[in-house]
Amino acid sequence: MAIIINEKTNVIVQGITGNQGRFHTCQMLAYGTKIVGGVSPGKGGQEVEGIPVYDTVYEAVDNQQVDASVLFIPAPFAKDAAFEAITAGVKVLVIVTEHIPVHDEMDIVELACRKGTTVVGPNTFGIVSSGKCKIGIPPNQFFVEGPIGVVARSGTLTYEIVGNLTANGLGQSTVVGLGGDRVVGLSFVDVLEKFEKDPQTRAVVLVGEIGGNAEEEASLYIKKMTKPVVAYIAGKSAPPGKRMGHAGAIIERGKGTFNGKVEALQAAGAKVATLPFEVPELIRQILK
Amino acid sequence: MKLFEYMGKEIFSSYGITVPRGRMADNSQDAANIAREIGGTVVVKSQILAGKRGKGGGIKFASSPEEAGEAAAQVLAMTLNGHKVEKVLVEEKIQIDKELYLAITVDGSAKKPVIIASAQGGMDIEEVPDEHIVKQYVDVSIGVYPYLGREISRQLGLTGSIGKEFNRLLPILYKIFREKDAELVEINPLVISGDKLIAADSKMTVDDDALFRQKAVPYVEDRTSIEKQAHDLGLAFVELGGDIAVMANGAGMSMGSLDTLAYYGGKPANFLDAGGGTGVEGTTKAIELLLQTNPKVIFINIFGGITRCDDVANALVQVKNAREIPVPVVIRLVGTNEEAGVRILKENGFEAYKVMHEAAAKAVEIANAS
Repeated sequence: MAIIINEKTNVIVQGITGNQGRFHTCQMLAYGTKIVGGVSPGKGGQEVEGIPVYDTVYEAVDNQQVDASVLFIPAPFAKDAAFEAITAGVKVLVIVTEHIPVHDEMDIVELACRKGTTVVGPNTFGIVSSGKCKIGIPPNQFFVEGPIGVVARSGTLTYEIVGNLTANGLGQSTVVGLGGDRVVGLSFVDVLEKFEKDPQTRAVVLVGEIGGNAEEEASLYIKKMTKPVVAYIAGKSAPPGKRMGHAGAIIERGKGTFNGKVEALQAAGAKVATLPFEVPELIRQILK
Repeated sequence: MKLFEYMGKEIFSSYGITVPRGRMADNSQDAANIAREIGGTVVVKSQILAGKRGKGGGIKFASSPEEAGEAAAQVLAMTLNGHKVEKVLVEEKIQIDKELYLAITVDGSAKKPVIIASAQGGMDIEEVPDEHIVKQYVDVSIGVYPYLGREISRQLGLTGSIGKEFNRLLPILYKIFREKDAELVEINPLVISGDKLIAADSKMTVDDDALFRQKAVPYVEDRTSIEKQAHDLGLAFVELGGDIAVMANGAGMSMGSLDTLAYYGGKPANFLDAGGGTGVEGTTKAIELLLQTNPKVIFINIFGGITRCDDVANALVQVKNAREIPVPVVIRLVGTNEEAGVRILKENGFEAYKVMHEAAAKAVEIANAS
C-alpha cells in the first residue's frame, strides 16, 4: 500500500527542461518513478532522458495517462502552471517551488479543493512512497520501504530523520512533505488520516516546527488514532518574534511555542523526541 | 515587510477609505507647518514598526503649530521599544464616539483569508475576549461582497448610516489586501465619528515573496546589516548573539542544528538557512557572512537534497583559498553527491562528519574550550 502515490503513479514534470527539472527528473527516474512526460512551453517535441516533452499540460494529458505532476517552475509563474495542471485534471500536484506569494498559494489551494486535486506543498521536498515512487527532490538512497509513515513541515530535517530511521533498519511506507509555507495544500491531519487507514503503516513520525497551530490541530486527531505517533519539533531554542526561515516558523504573541506544541502532542499520547537522532529508538520501543 | 502607519494610510486613502487629514514629517519645522495647514488641535504620532507607541509617550497632542513643532522634536528624539523614531505623522484630532477593530489576514490552517472584527476596538485584539470577536472566512474564488459586510455589521450591532458605511468599507479593505499582496491589513481603531467611519490607525504587512510585483509599494528596511546582506543573497539569516556560527540547508534543519547545539550547551551566533540549490557562489558568500559574526567556531550542517555536497565542499575550498579562515570549521556533510564532497574536503584538509549530533557536540566543545 502506501498513501497518495504508489508504483503505478504516472508522473509528468512541469519545467522539465530547466536546470532543476532536468537534474531531478534523472534522480526520480533512478529511483524508479514512472515519469511519462515533461512540459516546457515552446520545447514540445524534444526529449529529456528519453522522456517526451510537451508544450502544455493539456497536450501531455491528451497523449498519456497522467496521475500526478511536479512543478519545477519559478515562483512568479507557479500559480499559472498549477492552475494549468489542476484544470487539466491532474489529481496529485507536487509544488517544489519556494517563495510563491501567499495570495497565489491561497488561489491554488482553493481551486485544487474545488477540483479535487491533492496539493503537496508549496515549498516542499515532495512525497516518497519508499521503494515505489518518489515525486520531488530528496536524495534517493535514504528512502527504503517499510512500516513507518512520516509527515513533515520541513525538508532537510526530514532527510535527517528518514536517514536515521533507515540506518536503524526502519523503512518507510510514505514520507510526505507538507511544505514550509503558511498556506499549503495538506495539513498534518489530512495525512495522519491516510496513514491511519493504510495497512502498510504501523507507526507515524511527525516532524513539526515552531509557529502556527498545525501541531496542536494534529494533536486533536492523534488522540483518536490507533497507530502510535512519535514527534520531533524543531525550534526549541528559537527566540520569539524572529522568523526562522519558513514563513510559518515564528513565535508571535506567545503563540506557536515549542512547549505548547510538545505539551499538546504528549497529552494526545504521542512520544516527543528531544533531538532528531532519538526518533528511531522511540519508534523501536513502541513497536516492540 | 511591515509598512509605517502613514504609508498604510496613504494606500487606504487612495482606495477611498476615510483617514484623518495629515501628513508625515521628519523634522519639527515641517511638523509645525503641517499643523498650521490642518488648524486646531493635532496629534503627533511616532512612526515605528512596532505597537504600544502611546504608552512610551510616542503619541502627543498639540493645540498650536508651535506646540506641534515641540512635540515633534521630542518624539523624534525618542527610541521606542528599541526602534529609533525618524518620522512622525501629524494629523487632525478626530472626534471619537466609539472604537471598532477590523482586520483581514491569512489564516494558515483554514488556508484562506479571514476577516476579524470587533466592537471593542482600540486595544490589542489579543486582549479582547473571544465572544466579542467576529470572524468570517473568505472564499478567494468569490471574494468579499457587501453581504459579508451586512452580516458582520449585524453581529457588531452597527446600524443606520454607520452600518452602510461599514458595508462600503469592507470590500475596499479586501481589495487592498488582495491587490497589495498583504499578509495583514488592520485598522485599530476604526473610529465612529458622527456619521463617519475613520481609519485612525493602519497596520499593513506586505508579503516579502510578492515584492517583485509590488513596485508601487514603498520599500521599508527592517533588518540588521548582516541580515540585509543575507537577504540580498537570497539567504534567510537571523542574528542570535552567540559564538558558534551556523550554516545549514533548509529552515527545519537549521532550527534542528540550533536546538542540537543548545542541547550540548552551545550558544549559536545565528540562524542561517543556506536554502536549496544555492550553488558554489551562494555558499561562498554565506560562509563569508558567518565570519562577520566573529565566531569561535563555524558549524556547517548539510544534508544534501537539492543542495549538492560537492558544491558545498567546493565553496568551502574556494573561501579557504581566497582568504584565511581564522577559526575551526566543523562540517557534517551527507546526501546528494556526498562521496565527491567528502573527497574534495579531505583533499583540502577538512574533516567531514557523517552524524549530526556528533558534529554539533564537537563544535560546542571547541567553542567552550577557547
